Amino acid sequence: METTQAPLLEMTDIDKAFPGVQALSKARLTLRAGTVHSLMGENGAGKSTLMKCLFGIYKKDAGTIMLEGKKVNFRDPKHALDNGVAMVHQELNQVLRRNVMENIWLGRLPLKRGLVDSDRMYRDTKAIFDDLQMNIDPKAIIGRLSVSSRQMIEIAKAVSFNAKIVVLDEPTSSLTEKEVAHLFEIIRKLTARGVGIIYISHKMDEILKISDEVTIMRDGMWIATRDAGKLTTAEIIRLMVNREMTQRFPPKTNTPGNVALQVKNLCGKYQPTFRDVSFDVRKGEVFGISGLVGSRRTELLNTLFGFYAKESGDIVLHGKPVDNSQPDKATRNGFSLLTEERRATGIFPQGNITFNTIIAHVRAYGKLLLDGKKMNKDTEWVIEALNVKTPTKRTLIRSLSGGNQQKVIIGRWLLTAPEVLLLDEPTRGIDVGAKYEIYSLILKLAEEGKSVIMVSSEMPELIGICDRILVMSNGRMAGILERGKDFGDIPGEQETILTLAAMYV
Amino acid sequence: MQQGKAFNRQRVTDFLLHYAMYIILLAILVTVSIIRPNFLALGNILNILKQASTKGILALGCAGLIVLAGTDLSIGRVMGFSAAVTAALVQSVTYKSRYFPGMAQDLPLIVPLLASIVIAVIFSLINGFGVSKLKMHAFIITLGTQLIAFGANCLFIEAQPSGTAQALSTFNQTFKDVAAGDLMLGTVKIPLVVLYFLGLATIMWVVWNKTRLGKNMFAVGGNEEAARVSGVNVVRTIMLVYLIAGVLYGIAGFLEAARIQSVGANTGLGYETDAISACVIGGVSFSGGVGTIQGVVIGAVILQAINFSLNFLGVNPYYQFIIRGLIIVLAVAIDVRKYIVKK
Repeated sequence: METTQAPLLEMTDIDKAFPGVQALSKARLTLRAGTVHSLMGENGAGKSTLMKCLFGIYKKDAGTIMLEGKKVNFRDPKHALDNGVAMVHQELNQVLRRNVMENIWLGRLPLKRGLVDSDRMYRDTKAIFDDLQMNIDPKAIIGRLSVSSRQMIEIAKAVSFNAKIVVLDEPTSSLTEKEVAHLFEIIRKLTARGVGIIYISHKMDEILKISDEVTIMRDGMWIATRDAGKLTTAEIIRLMVNREMTQRFPPKTNTPGNVALQVKNLCGKYQPTFRDVSFDVRKGEVFGISGLVGSRRTELLNTLFGFYAKESGDIVLHGKPVDNSQPDKATRNGFSLLTEERRATGIFPQGNITFNTIIAHVRAYGKLLLDGKKMNKDTEWVIEALNVKTPTKRTLIRSLSGGNQQKVIIGRWLLTAPEVLLLDEPTRGIDVGAKYEIYSLILKLAEEGKSVIMVSSEMPELIGICDRILVMSNGRMAGILERGKDFGDIPGEQETILTLAAMYV
Repeated sequence: MQQGKAFNRQRVTDFLLHYAMYIILLAILVTVSIIRPNFLALGNILNILKQASTKGILALGCAGLIVLAGTDLSIGRVMGFSAAVTAALVQSVTYKSRYFPGMAQDLPLIVPLLASIVIAVIFSLINGFGVSKLKMHAFIITLGTQLIAFGANCLFIEAQPSGTAQALSTFNQTFKDVAAGDLMLGTVKIPLVVLYFLGLATIMWVVWNKTRLGKNMFAVGGNEEAARVSGVNVVRTIMLVYLIAGVLYGIAGFLEAARIQSVGANTGLGYETDAISACVIGGVSFSGGVGTIQGVVIGAVILQAINFSLNFLGVNPYYQFIIRGLIIVLAVAIDVRKYIVKK
């Protein structure tokens, strides 16, 4: 392929702002036909936002998108698909209880004399699968297949639409090595036909292996586009993380004391999960957990809290084993969990601040009738102590900003006086100012003697406030790093974490 | 070795879960015939099928709505109204206090049948509009329309020349022969209504499994978002499924009028519970996207087999309610095991 012809896709000067944050600013991407173009950047760098602007899921504020030299503006993903631009999402949007071929042809089922032509559907599906050397039965129920097969099926669906551009979002996060090799074969087949692939991933070695070009983004901006052949892992990491770290984190004031929590050889029960995780957390310590997507950090936290079932292993608090087999038992044992999906499993959107504040602690307000005065007092305390910005305590929680909602939920758990706070992505979807407040709060809680375990995808945040960091890789422990020794103004600290995170993938 | 054992146990469990409904049906029949060996007479079997037919047709209609993750509380009242309209149009012309005194000769049967269908379709389309366009939950919109149908039906029945609200009865012979007659097969009398039920079930099987509408219905019920991004017209799909349900309710009303021979304001009361129970026993999931026509037919038959058996054994009617309730709960408790995701 030569560069003389018009590029397949050209996105220039794309801007997108959300309340309180500039998600994209003059972002750009140029994809040539028959090539694989990788898009890299930390979580929050703007890769997904850029793709959502391409597919019309978000409306861009400014910038132009050219498809084969013509200006386009897709209304929605279906519109993009009709124009040959397909996306294979990380969360596969499929009708799980129907079979493979119906999922592929849904919305355009072939007819013969008014009835659906299953034979033709089968033949066409089989032809595409054979062509891509995929060994999947078109009549299998899709929900029973592995994630990798389902991902391949989405790619086959894109092929069935004669897609010219296929976007793959973290396609290998749940694949085995062999499956990855198969995926790469399919990708090469597609590029040989002139299809352009946009490949989003965190895995350096894979990217260097499959890409022709790499674009690196940081803080919503375009940083560099290079030939993959001229890049090294070290160079990519340098481009990705190079930023100023001034004033993003409050000073560390906590001092870890004696060991409070011991986790011994913990294994999750249902696949996919983690195995053999052991660590100690001290009183007054902020303990971070890092890892790539699919490293099973959230599963670990949910299992500690009894929300997911454990297969084996012990959870020991102050030398005594505790039974955290259910969340309510864990709560009584002094654990609390701030979940990753604030909207799905955190807030009660129809409830007001008071309801959302007292709900985890409701047994403390009386046996039969609840003590309204006490509930109001506690709610006022949470608003005051956590600096929640809200008109009144009767305001519906869904009308608050993400950061203030998060403070209310942290307040909810503080009322239960936990000894161990489990925080899953505590600053996700929160603007920079509110992040600082949440960091201060976490450090203050540690200062008061609580043990905080915090999962985060943002390395600078873990480096900024944690005392130690456990790095997970593909469901296993890759190592535990210590402040002052491995990170905390240590050159190459992010590279150390990334290297560990990639250990078993 | 151990893995093989676990694998086998898994397969046995899967088999039991998959065929649980059929096993229950068989168990009922076997138990009753052990207690009373004369139970398994052909006459009894045909009787069970006959009684299962009208409610089975209603179940065929509402199964589609349940696949769409909805429900229909208006079935009984809407069918009652349809049956009343049918009754008024098929009364014998020699009957003095007939609804239409001006009617001098029997109408062709297609007229009452179409009238019955039109009534039911109107209500079904209102329900469909509420669900697809107004985004109301099916439970709420049908809770409202069932009251409207009941009120309208009472007004209709009360508007007869005698000015009373007495039940409509005394139907012409053709109607009785066609809607509630039998087909003689040698010495065996096969109720026509059973054949109608099986015929409609076959048509619905084709609709569900062989048409675009059927596939789209499962897609919308299973994952509405995925259906939408695949270009399925969600509103149109929902409206068509409701339309078909209305047609089936109308046919059921027509047949039911002939079966009970006298249609009053309370005709159809509680039929929605039987229709929904039949679907649920037959494995149509309330969470949407799952169900088969075979299941619905079996569900309707099981429900009626239970009723019939309990009567046959002379069980106290109050115990009958308790037993029926327990069987429904048990059936669904088994059915949901198939789909539980462990984490």
